[in-house]
Amino acid sequence: MEGTTLHGRLTWQLGEVVETRTETARARSLTLAVPGWLGHRPGQHVDVRLTADDGYQAERSYSIASPPEERGKVTITVERLDDGEVSPYLVDELKPGDRLELRGPIGGYFVWEAPMGGPLLLVGGGSGIVPLMAMIRHRRAVASIVPTRLLYSARSQEEVIYRDELDQLTRRDGMLEVIYTLTRRQPPGWTGYRRRIDGELLRDVAWPPRDRPRAYICGPTQFVETAASALVSLGFDPAQVKTERFGPTGGG
Amino acid sequence: MPESFISRGFRGRRQAGEVSARLPPGQYLERGFPVLSAGPTPHTPLERWDFSIVGSVEQPKRWTWDELRALPHESVTADIHCVTKWSKLDSHWEGVSIDTLLAQVESEADYVIAFSDGGYTTNLPREEVTGGKAWVAYEYEGEPIPPEHGGPARLLVPHLYFWKSAKWVRGLRLAEQDEPGFWESLGYHNLGDPWKEQRYTGD
Repeated sequence: MEGTTLHGRLTWQLGEVVETRTETARARSLTLAVPGWLGHRPGQHVDVRLTADDGYQAERSYSIASPPEERGKVTITVERLDDGEVSPYLVDELKPGDRLELRGPIGGYFVWEAPMGGPLLLVGGGSGIVPLMAMIRHRRAVASIVPTRLLYSARSQEEVIYRDELDQLTRRDGMLEVIYTLTRRQPPGWTGYRRRIDGELLRDVAWPPRDRPRAYICGPTQFVETAASALVSLGFDPAQVKTERFGPTGGG
Repeated sequence: MPESFISRGFRGRRQAGEVSARLPPGQYLERGFPVLSAGPTPHTPLERWDFSIVGSVEQPKRWTWDELRALPHESVTADIHCVTKWSKLDSHWEGVSIDTLLAQVESEADYVIAFSDGGYTTNLPREEVTGGKAWVAYEYEGEPIPPEHGGPARLLVPHLYFWKSAKWVRGLRLAEQDEPGFWESLGYHNLGDPWKEQRYTGD
């Protein structure tokens, strides 16, 4: 079981928004400069805390999208939930120069670092791509050649987060493949997958179990259940199938 | 951290007083039932399922599924609090009290380590799972617990963060010494009292 114990107390820190980037109509990335940030591992998350002027506070967790190699900075990518309490503020309100309280990094299981090797299978649904992107960016930053496949399920091409960056990475890196499935709307001439992931789709895409792949799956509950069960059925070692799930939550 | 920090432009959505009084610090109200687990959902057939108490006991004890179901059971209504920030009020469970199970073994051990299908473990002081505070639950809202929520049986320790309520639980190992379980080894708090916001090591 990989992972490191976090020592001492995780204190709240103030980060300053230094960059924002609109990723899709509903998702935005916020890059925070966090003085004294001690670094993180790809796949970990942070807690964010908002405080209203009467002292009311709300906390949520967000996956880190940036690689550890970007020192002193943390990027999170937030998807707006229309009935959410915190995500609309982070996506629509916060701007460069604003500050945000956060603490972390948190979590040590859903983590991949280049020395852990591969082949690597990343399976992301919707904004479940975020922690997987930290792994892909880390892999790039350390010039790892671990064979990596990303299976990314989105409703439409417009809802694919990091699309340009993923295109660029795959053009430059023959050991990285990105396979999309667009489940609701496809652009004209689309020849890729157009259905929700299932066992057959995963069998097409996944590394053969004899290669002892490592799998990381992140997305909504049913997506993760389907993908994880299918990989185990295909013969993946359950201990090498790591999952992170987003519930059907209206609160974020 | 200066307590005076204010998030510019944040208003928030306060809950009514009676709800907010039931939400521990940093938690928000959830009406669905999110799923969180670190790996694939295990599926152990009931005919191969058992629950055992092992470790520091005079005589280990084992119950088959039918034997466990034949034990005296209780209905539990509880608020549950996940360390990922959601809380769910008035959830209904049916299961066997840990008091009932521990009454059938002889042990002086002060700690229990719950263990589950899939290799998950979580540690608890014995006093946190006795005295009507913890159960092996097998029904949720009047139905068998769905596999993704920990069925066929999960530990239910509602006064602590929900990672202590081990899904797919298969037994308790009694121990003289405390030893951290899965999340407790990965930076999460050893006890996890939501009212003290004991999320992470050092909280």
